Amino acid sequence: MKRRWSIGRLLALLCVAAILGLPAAAAAEGEVLMMATTTSTDNTGLLDYLAPHFTEETGIELRWTSTGTGKALELGRNCDVDVLLVHAPAAEIAFVEAGFGIHRRPVMYNDFVIIGPAADPAGTKGQGVAAAMTAIADQKAVFVSRGDDSGTHKKELSLWARADRPVPERESWYIQAGQGMLTTINMAAERNGYTMTDRGTFIKYAHDKGGQPPLVILVEGDAALLNPYAVISVNPDRCPKVKGDLANRFGEWMAGTRGQALIADFKLMGQPLFFPDAE
Amino acid sequence: MDFILQGVIQALRLLVGGDPETYSAVAATVKVSSMAMAASLLMGIPLGFCLGHFDFPGKRQARLVVDTLLSLPTVFIGLMVYAFLSRQGPMGQMGLLFTLPGVAIGQTILALPVVIALTATAVESMDAELRTSLLSLGASRAQLLAGSLWEARHGILAAGVTAYGRVMTEVGISMMVGGNIKWHTRTITTAIALETSKGMFAMGIALGLVLLLIAFGANAAVSFLRRK
Repeated sequence: MKRRWSIGRLLALLCVAAILGLPAAAAAEGEVLMMATTTSTDNTGLLDYLAPHFTEETGIELRWTSTGTGKALELGRNCDVDVLLVHAPAAEIAFVEAGFGIHRRPVMYNDFVIIGPAADPAGTKGQGVAAAMTAIADQKAVFVSRGDDSGTHKKELSLWARADRPVPERESWYIQAGQGMLTTINMAAERNGYTMTDRGTFIKYAHDKGGQPPLVILVEGDAALLNPYAVISVNPDRCPKVKGDLANRFGEWMAGTRGQALIADFKLMGQPLFFPDAE
Repeated sequence: MDFILQGVIQALRLLVGGDPETYSAVAATVKVSSMAMAASLLMGIPLGFCLGHFDFPGKRQARLVVDTLLSLPTVFIGLMVYAFLSRQGPMGQMGLLFTLPGVAIGQTILALPVVIALTATAVESMDAELRTSLLSLGASRAQLLAGSLWEARHGILAAGVTAYGRVMTEVGISMMVGGNIKWHTRTITTAIALETSKGMFAMGIALGLVLLLIAFGANAAVSFLRRK
């Protein structure tokens, strides 16, 4: 038993560990609003831009977890968040009608675009959505789908229906990524394929690629491509622990003049990413 | 592939420049893994020691269960812990969802089988000769226990280091239970996942290097302890 671990050394190590752990414990707890939102609002930087203004004007700290709309709605259904900022109108209305949410407020929209290689092997450029989807399917051009039950994925599925095509579930050219929007765009770029994205994420992507993205916008402006976002408060009657008041204040702020003006001012590469449309 | 080099440069910049977001993620990672390691060592070493030291009916079956649990996928643990901590779940009243202690619960479940299995193996692998020599020296039952535990210390340390590696690097539990909330539950691994999904590969690599650096620090500390 010659080897002994000196107690002094052990204590010194514990002290170092404790000091490393300290800073994060110091933050004060004010009123905290927990939101579930979609990757598009977070990845574009919109929330990082809005949250400090909201906190400054209301004293409420906004925390959010960003996931697909499917999981965001599920977190609301399980009473784990106070408010939702999502973009899947049909699923949202069903959510409210089932009594899970209240005060659904449309706050802004961006639109979807179909992007692909500049050479456009399927010849989709300038076509309507239905014709473009048909052309991609006919040419068996690579198409990368989110495949994650998100609002964007649901939108894409509706486009196949609009083109009167079954979803190409098991086709070798149809790749279901199961990941976020930027990852999906990157996969499409790697495979030289097409994908559908919200315009905000595409602008951000183009910006990150120094304005020379390998994929370009081929189809845009079709009414079927609108992407509306809404704020929904989780129903406090079902979920007693949910902060209904704070959730409503966030919804009112986003739909109010201040929130709407800030949304309109949020730009990247000189282009607005989202358009306010509260009633 | 110039983002690899960019990543290395960025890692240095983050650390030297004292980037607050990175340090917040480092603090979250250290805090949550310390909590998980403390809990899993406190429970795992005695359990593992008993599993390795004593003979009892059902020992082989118990060992089989522990070894199987080594394969628990982290996303699955995350989902199960979420189900319990959700406000609709049995432990929803405790308000642990989207907090670091909540993540630590999941990571403890991840680390516990590692600590138990490796501690048991360490105790088992040396017991045979040591037992006879200690008994021949006239050791009492309590002294036999203490002697075995002391002799197994390096194996137990290895168990701790291995479990620490799993806890530090997991992403499934932190993402599902912690929610990757900036300034609060964003750990280095969930930050890497986020940056990667944003297409910021260089930033992801930089954060990965930061994580490796912390692991190096922890292991250097252990090897410092090991020196006589």
